[in-house]
Amino acid sequence: MAIEQQAATQAVPVARRRRLRGETAAEALVRLSGISVIIFVVLVFVFLAREGIPAFFEVEAGNLLGTRWYPTVGRYGLLPLITGSLLVTAGAVLISVPLGLAAAIYMHELAPAWLREILKPLIEILAGIPSVVLGFLGMIAVAPLLREHLNMPTGLSAFAGSVMLAYMALPTIISVSDDAIDAVPRSYRDASLALGANHWQTVCHAVVPAARSGIMVAVMLGIGRAIGETMAVLMVTGNAARMPDGLSALFQPVRTMTATIAAEMGEVANGSVHYHVLFAIGIVLFLITFLVNLLASVLMLRRGTRRDQLLE
Amino acid sequence: MVTGAMPPTSAQPPSEGTCDAMTTTAVPSKIRVEKVSFAYSNAEALRAVSLDVYPHEVTVLFGPARSGKTTLLRLLNRLTDLLEGTRRSGHIYLDGQDIFAPDVDVAELRRRVGMVFAMPIPLPMSIRANLTYGLQLKGIRDRALLEARVESALRAAALWDEVKDRLEDPASSLSGGQQQRLCLARILALEPEVILLDNPTSGLDPISTSKVEASLHELRQRYTIIAVPHSVQQAARIADRAAFMLGGEIIEVGTAREIFTRPRDPRTRDYVEGRFG
Repeated sequence: MAIEQQAATQAVPVARRRRLRGETAAEALVRLSGISVIIFVVLVFVFLAREGIPAFFEVEAGNLLGTRWYPTVGRYGLLPLITGSLLVTAGAVLISVPLGLAAAIYMHELAPAWLREILKPLIEILAGIPSVVLGFLGMIAVAPLLREHLNMPTGLSAFAGSVMLAYMALPTIISVSDDAIDAVPRSYRDASLALGANHWQTVCHAVVPAARSGIMVAVMLGIGRAIGETMAVLMVTGNAARMPDGLSALFQPVRTMTATIAAEMGEVANGSVHYHVLFAIGIVLFLITFLVNLLASVLMLRRGTRRDQLLE
Repeated sequence: MVTGAMPPTSAQPPSEGTCDAMTTTAVPSKIRVEKVSFAYSNAEALRAVSLDVYPHEVTVLFGPARSGKTTLLRLLNRLTDLLEGTRRSGHIYLDGQDIFAPDVDVAELRRRVGMVFAMPIPLPMSIRANLTYGLQLKGIRDRALLEARVESALRAAALWDEVKDRLEDPASSLSGGQQQRLCLARILALEPEVILLDNPTSGLDPISTSKVEASLHELRQRYTIIAVPHSVQQAARIADRAAFMLGGEIIEVGTAREIFTRPRDPRTRDYVEGRFG
């Protein structure tokens, strides 16, 4: 009896001490993972800078800003690659933004409830398709289709890349726009309807403008996804590093920054000029996506404060 | 009771809650609500409500929260159409015409029966565009006419002097009181016949409140006004006629004098005297 009691009184502090030790360990683990994320980001940046910045000293500015990308003969003009990326991305935006916005409006405003319940998860599945699968689809389905119907020498072109990228950006644009439209208070609709507007006029003049900043965020995130995409564009754009000349360039082969890095990194001698220039392209790409994401966050922040004002 | 312009049903004797003053009124009602019941998908809101609203009067619907005031108001210009899973019975007549009849143009109805909401909602556009929006939807394109309507509506809502130099500014840049008067002006620009006001002074300071109340007195000469007031005191200040609502029913209707000085129903008396609610 006495022994049992003694055991009981001892057991409590031991259990507590053990629990405390467990908590400390868990806390340390969580803290470590949090810090490691920061460290990884910094390391990526440091590594990118260390390998890429020498390129700006090894190759003169005139060469880097030139229009010819022939690494084998020492021509490292980045302009065709940058314009190639921008061209493919711009094409993707032109296709995906109207389509994505229209789909979001359809889903939110016109589709019956049961269809909406099907569409939402389907769009999430769309977002999960690996880009190499989409690239494959682009190669065997989209490119031949373009070649036959647009009378092009090869279907592998900037336009094919834009179509595939639009496909990849669509889920992001649709679901973020849908959320933005959903966040518009019902009172906006009521106000417009009470002024004698019909449903469609209300959507065009009151709901979508009220969701404008959220829709801009959707577009930015879509662009961010498109410009950094590699696999699909590598497979369908034809990979010719040439300067786009006018609008017709959209239907000719181009090469993007991402595709260049992916295609050439495996062949390049470690530490060579070419190697450093490829990393420099990575820096340029990083800066562009960083700017796009920054713009998206700024817009998101503005939207947040505006909604706070509404609630007052 | 004049029956000429009325549907046959309106010739029936007035329901029990209607008081003597109304039966002796020789004016036909602008809006007649007849045994209207309404339920949202999850709750009953109105039970067999009947009410006559007369032109050029301020009719006030008052009562505790969730008594069906706003629902009744929203039924009058069919804003309730938007909700799914609602059930409705009974009839509402505007100038003798059933507003729920299948051939009624809802947009046109909402232009005739304008509504100002409890929370001012400026549409995401300029001050001027907020006013011309409804007019343009109605098909008015003449610039001079639009300008004239903008000015007269803003004057009627006592807002012209404050905004005349900044009509292109976004409407969201106005203060709360100005926004509420803008919403009123927006409705006035459409030159409706009936104006519904759902607690139009809820967010306003006393000075703005008295401005809005004063403009109501002016406006009733041209319009028929139905308002859900902020308080019993406000109801007494603005009402020509008042209906006391409780639990989705109209307990008592009468002239303001009757309702606020010698109500017949003990529940009305208790509420007016502040014993509950």
